[in-house]
Amino acid sequence: MSKYRLFWPAAALIALLLVNLALSPSFFAITVRDGHLYGTLIDILRFGAPLVLVALGMTLVVATGGIDLSVGSVVAIGAAIACAQISTLPDQNAAGGVFGALGIALVLCLLLGLCNGFLVSVIGIQPIIATLILMVAGRGLAQLVTGGQIITVDSDPFRVLGGGYWLGLPAPILIALGVVAATALVVRRSALGLLVESVGGNPEASRLAGVRARGLLVLVYVFCGLCAGLAGLMVSSNVSSADGNNAGLWIELDAILAVVIGGTLLSGGRFSLGGTVLGALLIQTLSTTVYTVGVPPESTLLVKALVVTVVCLVQSPAFRAKLRRRRKPPAPAPAEPAAKVEVPA
Amino acid sequence: MSTVTATPVRGGWRQARYLPIAASLALLIVAYGFGATRYPAFGDGQVVLNILIDNAFLLVVAAGMTFVILTGGIDLSVGSVVALSTVLCAELLRAGLPAPVVMLAVLAVGGVLGLGMGSIIHYFEIQPFIVTLAGMFLARGLSYTLSTESVSLDDPLFVAIAQTPVELPGGLRVSISVLIAVAVLLVAGYVLHYTRLGRTVYAIGGSNRSALLMGLPVARTRVGVYTISGFCSALGGILLTFYTLSGNSLHAVGMELDAIAAVVIGGTILTGGSGYLAGTVLGVVVLGVIQTLITFEGTLSSWWTKIVIGALLLVFILLQRLIAGRAR
Repeated sequence: MSKYRLFWPAAALIALLLVNLALSPSFFAITVRDGHLYGTLIDILRFGAPLVLVALGMTLVVATGGIDLSVGSVVAIGAAIACAQISTLPDQNAAGGVFGALGIALVLCLLLGLCNGFLVSVIGIQPIIATLILMVAGRGLAQLVTGGQIITVDSDPFRVLGGGYWLGLPAPILIALGVVAATALVVRRSALGLLVESVGGNPEASRLAGVRARGLLVLVYVFCGLCAGLAGLMVSSNVSSADGNNAGLWIELDAILAVVIGGTLLSGGRFSLGGTVLGALLIQTLSTTVYTVGVPPESTLLVKALVVTVVCLVQSPAFRAKLRRRRKPPAPAPAEPAAKVEVPA
Repeated sequence: MSTVTATPVRGGWRQARYLPIAASLALLIVAYGFGATRYPAFGDGQVVLNILIDNAFLLVVAAGMTFVILTGGIDLSVGSVVALSTVLCAELLRAGLPAPVVMLAVLAVGGVLGLGMGSIIHYFEIQPFIVTLAGMFLARGLSYTLSTESVSLDDPLFVAIAQTPVELPGGLRVSISVLIAVAVLLVAGYVLHYTRLGRTVYAIGGSNRSALLMGLPVARTRVGVYTISGFCSALGGILLTFYTLSGNSLHAVGMELDAIAAVVIGGTILTGGSGYLAGTVLGVVVLGVIQTLITFEGTLSSWWTKIVIGALLLVFILLQRLIAGRAR
């Protein structure tokens, strides 16, 4: 079943890559310069790494039937705190000071995740609303930290996080890979993933079965906050600056989209980490394609809207049922007019 | 909130369901009183009316959002539809269409977008959140595709509506947009509280299944509220063009959050079924007063506005939880 679920995102990704190959024959070319790998594919992975991280955290939240709208703000806060700290260091190249700054930023993002988890699990507020609070206030906090300006830093150890190389590969790819692998290991090699799915499937039943739903809920929001914070560090390191206004803007929507494309149901109860990674890469490839094809970048949103709609319709049992009914002519309900399928939205 | 009516609560303003509105009202009075004592100019009647003038479009959009949230849904596309409407206005006028036709066309586009989203939500059973998210991408993408730069409007009718002040007694004035917003609120209030459609909206928010079993027109109403919201967003977009006399695809970024925040601060419960349009109006005014206060403080930093709105949201949602908990 999980193989089947991974089929469609994988097929879509491959199709998109082939379209790219047809458009620019050098698309798959990877060159080695100074022992570093370069190429469009590497760029997609590299610039897609923050989205992969955010979507990874989002997957577990969605698996519990929740949603985290605050990730974009957490990205901005993580970036702002780290850069603000580093910019006050007497020596911005001191590794110890930079690590301290990164640590402070990550701990703060963890606390923000804890806040979300507390509101959702202990107070019992709808996840959309609980995280909406931090989404609105968080961007304000990030702007407060940066004073509404773009903080630039000049720190070599910090730059490694987003622009460094190891074994010829860009650091963001390796970090994302490491986090995904560790998460997959923890979630799928222990009962944790199963418990998360059970909470998402039916919180009441899992509580009666002795699953500690509250703790699990807090845990997934904390994890999501941490992932978003790490993504924020990566983004800001990549440009050596923090922009409270625009860092991580709209990334929550891309992350949710990646999760949905990956086959995780928004109603919770099942999740697929592999699907999410494929979904995130698909979105990043889509953005790259739009640029390479020379379509005005404005239309990226239109393409995304189309993709979301199609993916959701394909996933919707109601839609498939109606389609099946219409394919068999003697079905008793021919009353569903075709117009309803083609309504623009 | 059938639970509230089931447990006899002494009448009047002590009823639990009025509590959030009373809290908003108290907050408004405190915020306004604080401003008026701190800055003498704040107490000026025109400052109060300016809050309405500056937020006329938000009032209309939030009214539409109230319908959607009362059914237990959510509409994330409103900000984008507002932006799309302003760009459409500008582009259609530039194409040489007469102003009234342009307005009607824009309203129709908003309504059809809402209708489409509502149909997908209802007939294909996809969560409103994700469908309206797609609608948000679509509308914003369309407006970017139409034009990425700000287009100024010089159509005589638009300029006339934008610049004609409506004189009130006492030397005060409002804009025509405010009158339109008030008219929309009156119609919306009537529909919501005195018609069959309004009752069905509340019934669906209370319990979708019960509404269905009672034989209420659930399909028509659920699709209807999104159509209303789309229409209101388009109208909000037209009011915004009166306010800025420009069409810009970057208008109203994040406005869906302002609208949702206004509805929540106004005491409407996000799972649906309980709340009042009057609360939403209060919510918008509270947001406007806070904005004005922060402007008067002279810091003019948009981040404090965001932080205060976030904190307010938190307080009101906790309050709602408290009340819901007690009613149970």
